[in-house]
Amino acid sequence: MSEKLLMKGNEAVAEAAIRAGCRHFFGYPITPQTELSAYMAKRMPKIGGTFLQAESEVAAINMVLGAGAAGARVMTSSSSPGISLKSEGLSYIVGSEVPCVVMNVQRGGPGLGGIQPAQSDYFQATRGPGHGDMHLIVLAPASVQEMVDLCYDAFDLADLYRNPVMILADGMLGQMMEPVEFENQPHRELPEKSWATNGHQNRRPHNVINSLYLKAPELEAHVRDIFKKYETIREKESRCEAYLADDAEILLVAYGAAARLCKNAVKMARERGVRAGLLRPITLWPFPERQLFSHTEHTKAFLTVEMSMGQMVEDVKLASQFRVPTYFYGRTGGVIPTPEEILEQILKIAGGAR
Amino acid sequence: MAVVFERPHALLDVDTHYCPGCTHGVIHRLVAEVIDELECEGRTVAVVPVGCAVMAYDYFACDAIEAPHGRAPAVATGVKRALPDRVVFTYQGDGDLAAIGTAETVHVGTRGENITVIFVNNAIYGMTGGQMAPTTLPGQVTQTSPYGRDVKTQGNPIRICEMMATLSGTAYAARVSVDSPKAIGEAKRAIKKAFQYQLEGRGLSIVEVLSSCPTNWGMSPTEALEWVRTEMQGYYPLGVYKDVGGEENV
Repeated sequence: MSEKLLMKGNEAVAEAAIRAGCRHFFGYPITPQTELSAYMAKRMPKIGGTFLQAESEVAAINMVLGAGAAGARVMTSSSSPGISLKSEGLSYIVGSEVPCVVMNVQRGGPGLGGIQPAQSDYFQATRGPGHGDMHLIVLAPASVQEMVDLCYDAFDLADLYRNPVMILADGMLGQMMEPVEFENQPHRELPEKSWATNGHQNRRPHNVINSLYLKAPELEAHVRDIFKKYETIREKESRCEAYLADDAEILLVAYGAAARLCKNAVKMARERGVRAGLLRPITLWPFPERQLFSHTEHTKAFLTVEMSMGQMVEDVKLASQFRVPTYFYGRTGGVIPTPEEILEQILKIAGGAR
Repeated sequence: MAVVFERPHALLDVDTHYCPGCTHGVIHRLVAEVIDELECEGRTVAVVPVGCAVMAYDYFACDAIEAPHGRAPAVATGVKRALPDRVVFTYQGDGDLAAIGTAETVHVGTRGENITVIFVNNAIYGMTGGQMAPTTLPGQVTQTSPYGRDVKTQGNPIRICEMMATLSGTAYAARVSVDSPKAIGEAKRAIKKAFQYQLEGRGLSIVEVLSSCPTNWGMSPTEALEWVRTEMQGYYPLGVYKDVGGEENV
């Protein structure tokens, strides 16, 4: 039997990254991702890895670009305002097709906002932080164990598709403690990094890592190539968890910490005879569109619950093609909705639906 | 017949996009000659800037990365930390290194990052058509200082080598010029020393090369070289500002 440890989400994800072969971490202090950097600072020097506290988030993400371009598994971690600063680098990393993993332990915004958990960076994450036609692969864990499992996946997906992967968590998942085990690391077949700028050793033509294409048709072709990858990712990688969803009349849609609260609300609604269910997107980009659409057959209403003013709700409406009414309930700024509040929303919709 | 002059192996056989009279070509060649002499092309990674040298990845024969504007030292840090036995150099202009990338420049110095920085200072933003640079001289006319740089409102030019020499992690900081055959010889010796220091693991080495921009200065190539000698070298004195292995301020 594999060993279970009691760990904070931020520390568990750091340990998972190291087990996934990440030996290079570049970061800049910010709350509430603090424990992740602290764990890396402690562990990396002991295992021959790099922990470097950069002069800024901007520098940190560019160090990630350099190490990733050199072929290493590399990670950075931040919280909302810091991700804004990393956006420039992420755009270049996408354009240069360099793999890396970026952790966002979300807090409230806009601006300096607050340091309590929030989910208000959904648009930023899923629409691609940074300029240009681009996406990150965005994974949304809802437990400490899933932080670990998705961290393993994140490194593999980044290498497989040569695209940055963001793990979109929040201060609640980052700082809560849960039992976790590290044994179930998957082993994907991954391509050689023959593109890496690691010195040609006089054995091949020089490799170039670059996002500049001054001729418009060449840039268009390059972007189309990237979007071909995105098509494959949409087909193969979109994931969600369905909980009591098959017969649900009211289907909640929530990710991450909000999904945990929704599960409780669904149970409470079922106890009161209301057929509620939950669809929990695990990949936010690609959004599990087909899975969600399939529920429009039997569901009378969607209720999207977010720790924001309503961002994912747009993807729910698009994926459902407006076949079913979509309601929204959210708290923001670091306020966490209670299951009772969510239940109230379910009962209100159920009352109206009758 | 004995070959007395040929293209360095580390420079690819392609036409560059540089303007006539620009000294980027000379500086490229010096870097390439040094790479050849140190026989390190196969384990060298160049990190090139945003600016006139943005396409230098197509000119250098070693592996190369095109960095975001000003971020070349951070990108180079990432490469060097991942592959400490590789030779990593950045090639940056004054806008890239001394304005938008000042923090990255200072911090590779203070960390003593074991990389080499080639800093091409031509006192102007060349690629975008001749705007005022952090190194534009007092009174110098540019597109964005059309009445001449007024230091009261537009600030003073920054002397990078002097600043970098104050940082504990800087092993070598020298300012050279390429306005004459003699100066070119000295510039090459400085660049070679900078790479050698990296090979010896001594820390950050930076060579600032005063360069000409006839196009945006509105001068002939000869006038431009004369301006480097008379005007630029007055504000930016040539010399070695730090050398952990030798005498200072030679």
